[in-house]
Amino acid sequence: MIEIKNLAKRFGATVILDDVNLTVREGDTLALLGPSGTGKSVLLKHIIGLLRPDSGEVIVDDQHVELLSRKDLSTLRRSIGYVFQNGALFDSMDVFENIRLGLTDQKEFRNLEYAKERIAECLRLVNLPEDTQRKMPAELSGGMRKRVGIARAIAGRPKYVLYDEPTSGLDPVNSDIIDALIMRLDTELNVTGVMVTHDVRGAFRTADRIALLTGGKIIAEGTPEEFRASDNPEVRAFLERDFELASS
Amino acid sequence: MSSIATQLQHRTGRAVLDALAHVGRFAGLVMEMIRGLPEWRIWLPRTMQEAYSIGVGSLFIVILISSFAGAVTALQAGYQFTGNIPIYVVGSLVTESIVLELGPVLCGLILAGRIGARYAAELGTMRVTEQIDALESLGRAPSSHLLIPRVLGCLLMIPILVIFANVMGVLAGWAAAKSALPISDQDFIYGARVFWRPFDAYYSIIKGFFFAGAIGLISCYMGYTTQQGAAGVGRSTTGAVVTASVIILLLDTLLAKLLLH
Ligand SMILES: Nc1ncnc2c1ncn2[C@@H]1O[C@H](COP(=O)(O)OP(=O)(O)O)[C@@H](O)[C@H]1O
Ligand SMILES: [Mg+2]
Repeated sequence: MIEIKNLAKRFGATVILDDVNLTVREGDTLALLGPSGTGKSVLLKHIIGLLRPDSGEVIVDDQHVELLSRKDLSTLRRSIGYVFQNGALFDSMDVFENIRLGLTDQKEFRNLEYAKERIAECLRLVNLPEDTQRKMPAELSGGMRKRVGIARAIAGRPKYVLYDEPTSGLDPVNSDIIDALIMRLDTELNVTGVMVTHDVRGAFRTADRIALLTGGKIIAEGTPEEFRASDNPEVRAFLERDFELASS
Repeated sequence: MSSIATQLQHRTGRAVLDALAHVGRFAGLVMEMIRGLPEWRIWLPRTMQEAYSIGVGSLFIVILISSFAGAVTALQAGYQFTGNIPIYVVGSLVTESIVLELGPVLCGLILAGRIGARYAAELGTMRVTEQIDALESLGRAPSSHLLIPRVLGCLLMIPILVIFANVMGVLAGWAAAKSALPISDQDFIYGARVFWRPFDAYYSIIKGFFFAGAIGLISCYMGYTTQQGAAGVGRSTTGAVVTASVIILLLDTLLAKLLLH
């Protein structure tokens, strides 16, 4: 379970997160919507302890992320996969080595046979051909890099996965494949997920719950049905604009 | 008038605070590296790679620079030491200038440019493209994966490069002296040995260690704490080279004062 209580974060004088409260139940996948620049990525980074809150609490698996020691934090991080918005692949290593670093269990990491098998499997899951393994990140397109990022995040079979715009910049076919993968991880492997997305259509299809972040607060949260039926004007404005975009 | 004075006060205060913040963050980074030391299984192979790439990448330029330095020292010594100063002094002068000063310092400065700039740019790029965040998100420590191998690689390889620089500098000086002056091999060797103390060699290598530490730590610090995109990477890179070079010259003076007097 992921619980965020009264989280506040500012950079310099700019308040990014004001008072965020959010709970993601075990096994659920929550889609986090919101206009760009509102702090969705900033919020995700708090969950994995890459940013520290100015005030408030972030609790993952009953542990206070902001209070964990160096060692406990890295243990917790091994159970969380993080898909970065721009891939964040290690550009001095090829795809194989990138995904291999995602094998967060050191025994699995050192076992070359296992690594080979698991890496091939992860590449299949994100619909990349076998020969991608020996390519360097600079040789890949943006969409391919993003999918390698997803493969790296899930290689260690994390209990939680945080996706930062996993389908933005992908073509419709691969978008659907990634959506299907997120759903499969959710239903078959019972992964608890938070997915930042601009793809409202995909969010309604894949997520168990949807939350809308604007002005540093979560202003609405609920099931897709509740969300669609919401009469909150900001929710309506957001959905209508994005549905128009999606259908145009 | 008074507004200029207040502004000046303001600026000085800001600069002092900035400097203190740097010292604090630098100490934090060094602590982080010390905490990463138990993960030797991760940093050891990477350290070997770094040391190898420093050695292979810089050997040629180090030999080139030190050979020129040795040759020029010999030629200038020959030009100045005419009259009743014995010719073998050229041998002493070349050996001592190279081993005590030119070998380690030129090596340090050229490597501050080569390795310092590379490390700062690599780590800075990794920072701004979130690769360092990605490493941390996988529960892996940047200290053992990125920082310790670079610093130890410098500490391991730069003193060795200094030894190469010394040897090549003296040999080139010897050759240049012979080509331009009426000096025999016996004269040169006699001159080289007459003022020689074994401590000179240790001193040269000790300098190499200190310069290596300065290059490794400063460039890692600058790169690791890079902010704000491509411009930030540029700032870190020039900052690393300039700071490492200045620190090398300061250490050079300090070590001469502490160890030679
Ligand atoms: N490390 C940082 N330092 C300063 N400002 C930041 C930092 N990270 C994010 N911001 C600012 O926070 C705001 C929210 O960023 P982000 O979370 O990336 O937005 P998004 O919702 O599009 O993911 C942006 O205005 C960004 O400039
Ligand atoms: Mg974002």
